[in-house]
Amino acid sequence: MCLAIPGKILEIQEAGPLRSARVQFGGIVRQVSLDFVPEAGLGDYVVVHVGFAISRIDASEAERTYQLLEEMGALEAELPPAE
Amino acid sequence: MKYLDEYRDHRIARALAAEIVQRTTRPWVLMEICGGQTHTIMRYGIDELLPRDIELVHGPGCPVCVTPLETVDKAIALALQPDVILVSYGDMLRVPGSRSDLFRAKAQGADVRIAYSPTEAVKIARLNPDRKVVFLAIGFETTAPANAMAAWQARREGLTNFSMLVSHVLVPPAIRALMVSQTNRVQGFIAPGHVCTVMGCKEYEDLVRDFRIPIVVGGFEPVDILEAVLMLVRQLEAGEARMENQYVRSVSYQGNLPAQKIVAEVFEIAHQKWRGIGLIPQSGLRLREEYAAFDASRVFDLGELTVAEPAECISAQILQGLKKPTDCPAFGIRCTPENPLGAPMVSSEGACAAYYHYRRHRVAS
Repeated sequence: MCLAIPGKILEIQEAGPLRSARVQFGGIVRQVSLDFVPEAGLGDYVVVHVGFAISRIDASEAERTYQLLEEMGALEAELPPAE
Repeated sequence: MKYLDEYRDHRIARALAAEIVQRTTRPWVLMEICGGQTHTIMRYGIDELLPRDIELVHGPGCPVCVTPLETVDKAIALALQPDVILVSYGDMLRVPGSRSDLFRAKAQGADVRIAYSPTEAVKIARLNPDRKVVFLAIGFETTAPANAMAAWQARREGLTNFSMLVSHVLVPPAIRALMVSQTNRVQGFIAPGHVCTVMGCKEYEDLVRDFRIPIVVGGFEPVDILEAVLMLVRQLEAGEARMENQYVRSVSYQGNLPAQKIVAEVFEIAHQKWRGIGLIPQSGLRLREEYAAFDASRVFDLGELTVAEPAECISAQILQGLKKPTDCPAFGIRCTPENPLGAPMVSSEGACAAYYHYRRHRVAS
């Protein structure tokens, strides 16, 4: 129920006060409400739960975390092989 | 898929696991609150990558599992009324009530419909003005904004045939209840990343201060969980207790303010019963007075229902992290996802379902 997945905003539609988008998850495209993420724009990734985007993924934070993690992964060459 | 594949990278997972092994000098008991995280742990075998000294116990973060039996029985009773359309998240359909479940009610002719989003329930009400549409609005803080939005929309449109049967639970009071319990063994928590995406981190800082226990807000992919475990181990080994955020790509300190605003507008905090755990003060949400006309528990008079839990089910101890699903004599034999005795065997976030899907063959052998 608290499951939420990241998807990419392909197209934004505005209808009065309500804002929604076509969001791509892998090969699937779904209609998603952007009411809670007014800052999200075209091409952004959003985390979606029961049809509502609940956050815009912070690309720079994700990049920084991933780089740190990848540096750790690179260390694996120096570790003994897994059993 | 971007933001998923890189957090499933086995090289990074191995490196994190190796560092956890290196850092761990003593036994530690950690709890992941969210059932989604439990499923990741079981699916990818994360517990088996960890040193023996690290024990992961599974928390109560399964909304379907903690929805009170009375609410399930009420939903079934409402669904069986001829003029009612009962709309529910799919996970609730097989959850056992005292005598039946929504799936069986549907088989008996009840109009039970599955919705992915609460806005679909509002749409069904709009399209069926001569029927009463009841939405079974369950969930944690993650789902509360979407459910609140459904009530808000229905009120704005002036719908008179839409109501919600609400069972909403909050994580921080549940952590508090676990911490003050005599049986508590947990020394560090992985806090639920999507709950914190909505609510932010402040409440978890308060818990760290009150109980001097480390809490790391964690994501849902294998690399997220391993990194959160490493952050907890580092703190525990150093004798520290801080709130840290591992899931920075989605969680900010203040959380999602527009989402918090709609929740506060529609709901208010109330005492809440948790199935298997009991009443936890100030641990739930109910509709505000202004939304009374959309509150199914007020719109329909269902009288007193007598409820009965199956005697053999140990979900109460499982939801409190006191027992593992495999400790249950009925596991996989008299209790399966097709014929569950308790809700944790049904839900995509239930601990019993996680063990059943990913571990049952090993248990059998």
